[in-house]
Amino acid sequence: MDIPYTTQPRPDTGIYNAKIGIWLFLASEVMLFGALFSSYILLRVGAAPADWPHGLLNIPIGAFNTVVLIVSSVTVVMAWASLKMKKLAQFKLFQAVTVLCALTFLWVKSYEYREKFSHYEVWKTDGTRLTGHIEGKPMFLTLAKLQVAKKEKIEFVADPHHYSEGKTPMVKHEAHAEHKPVEIPLAEIKRLSAFVPAHSTYFAVYFTMTALHALHVLGGAIVIGYLFGPGSKMWFTDPERLTNRVEVAGLFWHFVDLVWIFLFPVLYLL
Amino acid sequence: MSDHTADFSSHVRGYLIVGAALLIGTLLTVWASYIDLGHHWNIVLALVIASVKASLVALFFMHLISEKQLIYTVLAFTVFFVTGLMFLTLTSYHDLPAQTVTH
Amino acid sequence: MQATTLTPPHVEAHPHPAHHAHHAHQEDAGFWRTYIFSTDHKIIGIQYGLTALCFMLFGFCLMLMMRWQIAHPGEPIPLVGPLLEKLLGNPAAKGVMSPDLYNSFGAMHGTIMVFLAVVPLAFGAFGNYVVPLQIGAPDMAFPRVNMASYQCYLLGGIIMLVSFFIPGGAAQAGWTSYSPLATTIPTDGQTFWLIGMVLLITSSLLGAVNFIATIVQLRAPGMTWMRLPFFVWAQFVTGFILLLAFPPLEAAGIMQLMDRVAGTSFFLPTGLAVGGHLANVSGGGSPLLWQHLFWFLGHPEVYVLILPAMGIVCEVIANNTRKPIWGYKSLVYSALFLGTLSFIVWAHHMYLTGMGTKISAFFQTTTMIISIPSVIILTCFFISLWGGSIRFNTPMLFALAFLPMFGIGGLTGLPLGFAAADLHLHDTYYVIGHFHYVVAPGTIFAMFAGVYYWFPKLTGRHMNEFWGRVHFWCSFIFMNIVFMPMFAQGMAGMLRRMSDGGLNYSEARGPDVAGTLSSPIIGLNKFILWGGVGLAISQVPFIINLFRSIWKGEKIASDNPWEATTLEWQTPTPPPHGNFAHAPKVFRGPYEYSVPGASKDFTPQNALEAARNS
Repeated sequence: MDIPYTTQPRPDTGIYNAKIGIWLFLASEVMLFGALFSSYILLRVGAAPADWPHGLLNIPIGAFNTVVLIVSSVTVVMAWASLKMKKLAQFKLFQAVTVLCALTFLWVKSYEYREKFSHYEVWKTDGTRLTGHIEGKPMFLTLAKLQVAKKEKIEFVADPHHYSEGKTPMVKHEAHAEHKPVEIPLAEIKRLSAFVPAHSTYFAVYFTMTALHALHVLGGAIVIGYLFGPGSKMWFTDPERLTNRVEVAGLFWHFVDLVWIFLFPVLYLL
Repeated sequence: MSDHTADFSSHVRGYLIVGAALLIGTLLTVWASYIDLGHHWNIVLALVIASVKASLVALFFMHLISEKQLIYTVLAFTVFFVTGLMFLTLTSYHDLPAQTVTH
Repeated sequence: MQATTLTPPHVEAHPHPAHHAHHAHQEDAGFWRTYIFSTDHKIIGIQYGLTALCFMLFGFCLMLMMRWQIAHPGEPIPLVGPLLEKLLGNPAAKGVMSPDLYNSFGAMHGTIMVFLAVVPLAFGAFGNYVVPLQIGAPDMAFPRVNMASYQCYLLGGIIMLVSFFIPGGAAQAGWTSYSPLATTIPTDGQTFWLIGMVLLITSSLLGAVNFIATIVQLRAPGMTWMRLPFFVWAQFVTGFILLLAFPPLEAAGIMQLMDRVAGTSFFLPTGLAVGGHLANVSGGGSPLLWQHLFWFLGHPEVYVLILPAMGIVCEVIANNTRKPIWGYKSLVYSALFLGTLSFIVWAHHMYLTGMGTKISAFFQTTTMIISIPSVIILTCFFISLWGGSIRFNTPMLFALAFLPMFGIGGLTGLPLGFAAADLHLHDTYYVIGHFHYVVAPGTIFAMFAGVYYWFPKLTGRHMNEFWGRVHFWCSFIFMNIVFMPMFAQGMAGMLRRMSDGGLNYSEARGPDVAGTLSSPIIGLNKFILWGGVGLAISQVPFIINLFRSIWKGEKIASDNPWEATTLEWQTPTPPPHGNFAHAPKVFRGPYEYSVPGASKDFTPQNALEAARNS
């Protein structure tokens, strides 16, 4: 006996197996990201304002990534619609664009990450705090690493504002040019940290949530890519089952977009 | 699914309209973040816009507007539980005893 | 007029010729595809079952060694001491269990029993094997996902076991892994634990999706919701609980992993001091956040532990009383209500964290309310016995014992649900007594019942009835010897997780130290140890019986040796790949025993029965 309702919907529920399967999985993903958002809220509400960075993420780049995902959401549902309209070539085009959007998103994200890994905050022993860059744009430096390397000072190009000075407008990169490097002796530094997860709970949340989201983008891209490539051969043996698979993959993809729709304002704008 | 090929052109139009709405929503969110409405109202506005965008994705791209009862039931329970998690955790965290006992 | 029960042609003993090729293909697939990388729910169920039983034995052995240490602190463990020293080195120097080793055994005992033994056995093994058969389906809805879920479980379990042998040893912060201890403890064992947990959670999520989709979509024609065996309902609710309650723990696990590996401070508060020095972390985190996320799963998890057991008990009681279960609808609605409510009671594990009165009142209220469906379920089972033609075979003995044992476990939970009483009882041996009563003579007895009950369907042979009874009576007596004294110890104030068995808080401290544990209370440790040894010995006949009966057990006389009504007994033994040649048609509810006018005292769900005499 074969497993029924893989393609045709079951009469009393009105859906086919994979669709209930993906919605159940998405329900669990809602709980996963919901827990992370709850954690974010709890940690933020309990934090001292001076310790909660804001304005340190590049908003135009984040908005661009948001647009990329929205476009990919349109193309992925258009890919499914193309199959329903029996247009295989159009389906392949839309699937390919979706994957390209996904890869673009991931590349931009990795660029953002690298930017942050070479952007630093310095806590000086006199209590002042500076954010900025170190000459040479090294990544992941800490006070301990500098001491081990027997350095005595750093060349620091400070940002015009520090985030604890109230809600700062986005740090424009043009302002960068005005400043010359300043020497800070290691002896005056209490703590040095790039904007890495260990910097603060804000960045811990930012990196954890966006990395987990990026993993979902990658996973979705792989599945959608598979359906574009080797998986599309099923069009010639069982077109309805392929259409259902494309629909199910699209549902996952839309959920990934949905999470980002919340992540972007929460992490970048608020 | 028994949609006919002919029906799909209206569906396609719908997807493009929703896509445009989402792009507009994104611009709106970014623009609104530069206006200072008082800290709490900025948060509310951003979340309202995000919720509208998310609803559009869910209802139209994910076809929830025409889904079956079973899926609605699963999602209703999920929403109930995730709301419970969020609300109860945050309330527990901030509902502290009025004062500590001193002898 | 003689009423005859006609067995419809599609449930004949030999597979239909058209599908014989399919069956043969499965056999031709070779050893690896058929037994190791199988997508057949029955093979996967057996894989889960054997793996889970091995883990259960391992977890049990950990406990035995811990009980020795508790009863004889600082003395070398007899028999296994030298072996332990050889395997683990310094923590077991001279065969004595160091406090750190005790902590790691404790943490791993809990983790292994809950996540690697009981849930995979109850849900993964029994659920996988029985549910598709009971609903009349050919397999699970997603067979390859099913195989993946077993493999994730196995991998997660292996990683947990490996953690015993790395420098620093296994996780040592309790199965609850509270931060900051879990984050700052200097062993990679905790990282292994977190990675293992992520794999186990993935396995459970895949399984849950499969179970729910299968039960919703693959019920045979005529198998309406209210004709489902209660076992299937129980697994259905269990699936939902796993699906929605595990992800927050996965989120927390990821965050704790980040704390350990990436230096974040999700759960580390500002000003944290480790080893006398200020920790080099950003701070700003919340230890309470871990607790909330952990217990958000932790509480529904206990219903995952008990619901499948209740399902098994229902099947066995109905079958061995030869009458329908009393209150089927109440059982179903209670299970649904229990599953739903289980998500909003979790903070009763956190009464002592300094929560305010409003939120504490909320959780106390929901905790009290959730005891109601459990009582309804137990009451339905008790009433079902009334007026029954009870057959006291081994599965029935275990199922009957479940009732008072779960009753004790449940009732002892009530004081813990009230914050006022919990103030005194929290983190004492009373809690250990409570939850072990529910899981050990509770769930595990139901598991044993299930093993003895379904063994003939898997193997075509009965397990030995005499040794089954020996196993039962000895286990029953020794379970109570082990766990009953713990209530007394807990009420006397003996705390959990003390590697010296409470010696440091006992009268041995000196005559003028106030509030110490009395000698009789400490002396109970030795009593419990002997109970544990007895319990261990009691499992020997079971292990021998289980394996011996596969080849030498008494052969069954028919495909339905227990004369049961549910669909899994209306198949060949063992069921072939695809289970049914054609989808069975279901005509009636699951417990039509002793129907007036029927030719036999049971009427299978799919039997065509001629018109009854009025």
